[in-house]
Amino acid sequence: MTEVTRTIRIGSSNGLHARPAKLFAQAAKDAGIPITVSKGAGAPVNAASILGVISLGAEKGDYVTVTADGDNADVVLDALAELLTTDHDEN
Amino acid sequence: MTELRGVGIGLGVAQGPVARMAEPLPAPTDTPSTLTAEAELARVREAVAAVARELEERGEKAGGLAREVLEAQAMMAEDPSLDEEVAARTSAGKTAEFAVYDAFASFRDTLAAMGGYLGERAADLDDVAQRVIARLRGLPAPGVPDPGHPFVLVAKDLAPADTALLDLDKVLALVTTDGGPTSHTAILAREKSIVAVVGAAAARDLVDGETVIVDAAKGVVTSQPTDDELTQAQHRADARATAASAPLTPGALRDGTAVPLLANLGKPGGAAQAVELGAEGVGLFRTEFLFLSATQAPTVEEQTKAYTELLSAFPGKKVVVRALDAGADKPLAFLNDAHEDNPALGLRGLRALRASEDILREQLTALANADKATEADLWVMAPMVSNVEETAYFVGLAKEYGIKTAGVMVEVPSAALMARRILEIADFASIGTNDLTQYTMAADRLLGSVASFQDPWHPAVLQLIKATADGGKANGKPVGICGEAAADPLLAVVLVGLGATSLSMAPTALADVRASLLQYDLADARRIAEAALAADDAASARAAAQSAADPAA
Repeated sequence: MTEVTRTIRIGSSNGLHARPAKLFAQAAKDAGIPITVSKGAGAPVNAASILGVISLGAEKGDYVTVTADGDNADVVLDALAELLTTDHDEN
Repeated sequence: MTELRGVGIGLGVAQGPVARMAEPLPAPTDTPSTLTAEAELARVREAVAAVARELEERGEKAGGLAREVLEAQAMMAEDPSLDEEVAARTSAGKTAEFAVYDAFASFRDTLAAMGGYLGERAADLDDVAQRVIARLRGLPAPGVPDPGHPFVLVAKDLAPADTALLDLDKVLALVTTDGGPTSHTAILAREKSIVAVVGAAAARDLVDGETVIVDAAKGVVTSQPTDDELTQAQHRADARATAASAPLTPGALRDGTAVPLLANLGKPGGAAQAVELGAEGVGLFRTEFLFLSATQAPTVEEQTKAYTELLSAFPGKKVVVRALDAGADKPLAFLNDAHEDNPALGLRGLRALRASEDILREQLTALANADKATEADLWVMAPMVSNVEETAYFVGLAKEYGIKTAGVMVEVPSAALMARRILEIADFASIGTNDLTQYTMAADRLLGSVASFQDPWHPAVLQLIKATADGGKANGKPVGICGEAAADPLLAVVLVGLGATSLSMAPTALADVRASLLQYDLADARRIAEAALAADDAASARAAAQSAADPAA
């Protein structure tokens, strides 16, 4: 098992709420390996939990730490990092 | 009649019989389970899965923004953290109903405590909980009523699942007792152009079948309306319907006096919609979008590309671009990171640009490049100009870069009072009524406790608008309006009466203002403006304008 951790800056204008939170939690769920996410020094939450992700209250520019545990953790984190840095609220 | 106050969404008005949303199910009581923990948990899992599938199905039917929201709700129903919380409760001998109720409540309280946007998501979660509990009890899910005729829907707050399936032919208007201007009810009412008043707490006393008027423009629900009020409301609703389907003629008064109607835009992408709604150009293009998400200023190339995209959408038409307006409510680290006790009175607008002149020079270079590459008539203006010297500085610099038409925003009372001298130098002025009101009334526009002062109808504000327009007239220079005031159909007439030569607004407001202008001659507009100027305060100015306008229309 390889546990990989990465710290990523939120890119969406409205932070990690609503649509970005949904896309992120869905991707984490679909990845099929244990993934947690935390903001700052806060407690990590299950990244596949949309309620957990929303209640981080992460705003644009905040840093979140994502930890994945599995053989393909690196690839999964690449995809999640991409989601977090993209501005999904751009119209 | 009784008036119930809330926050209106849009400018519409509607009337009809009330139909109330079913009251939420009573909370389950904490009675001990008679089943095994495993059986209770299995019941929950069956119910959440069924609710999630139903929400997804509704999302598929609804499409668009509603689909995103409903899919998010489906994910909330099957949330793994929630499942853990439910399982902990069923293991402790709770019933499925109570476990769901209690576990959801713990999450909703966390969200509600965070307030703002997240607080309003608590309503989404409440809705999911209600649906799961209804399913467990074998009851129909709470939802939109169906009285068999068109109705005014009155609810605590609407969940996305409800609003998504609203039959627009049946729903005349929406009224909620809870929820604010960013609630789902408000967002979806805007998206689907449904007349709505949200957060009208007193609407909880409305009963099924009684007739009400819902006036979004005023943010008021009128119960027990008089026949007169009903007729007036119908007249306004008809006028709006006619306006919406009226041909997209250029803005003008009844006597043919041209009042170009322009669009306020914040991104080049908004141009297509503005053109579709009949904008004759752009009266305010905010360039902040290029800068706000950046940690350093965008390059000249990046800016040229964005401005070219914008100008290309308006060949042969006027496009007024405002130089970067940072500071106060829009801080930019690379422009001004010094702490200020009063940022609205600090180094903002042109003051901040001047302190980082290279940023202004780069922006002017990019604008001149885009101007050369396109057919639009580019005008460029400086934000937050407060005196003649700043005007000369900006106009001089803009001309140095080959900008043909350079002007200033009038947002500070000093600039309005000096308009005659300022417009000797500037090619035009554009009045930003939101900031002008804030500075005239000494009331922070972002501070709720002084929001009552933030009303552009105040005669003091109107006098400064007149002073600016007079300064333009004396020099033969145009003076436009680009604040929210221009989007108010009656105030728009007053502004023209005060001497404004063009009006710029959110594109969705164009139809209402176009129709309103067509009802009055220039002499009427001047008379209505005089009536407003002579009033003591904002409310009486509005009332005076209204009564001066009635016989003319």
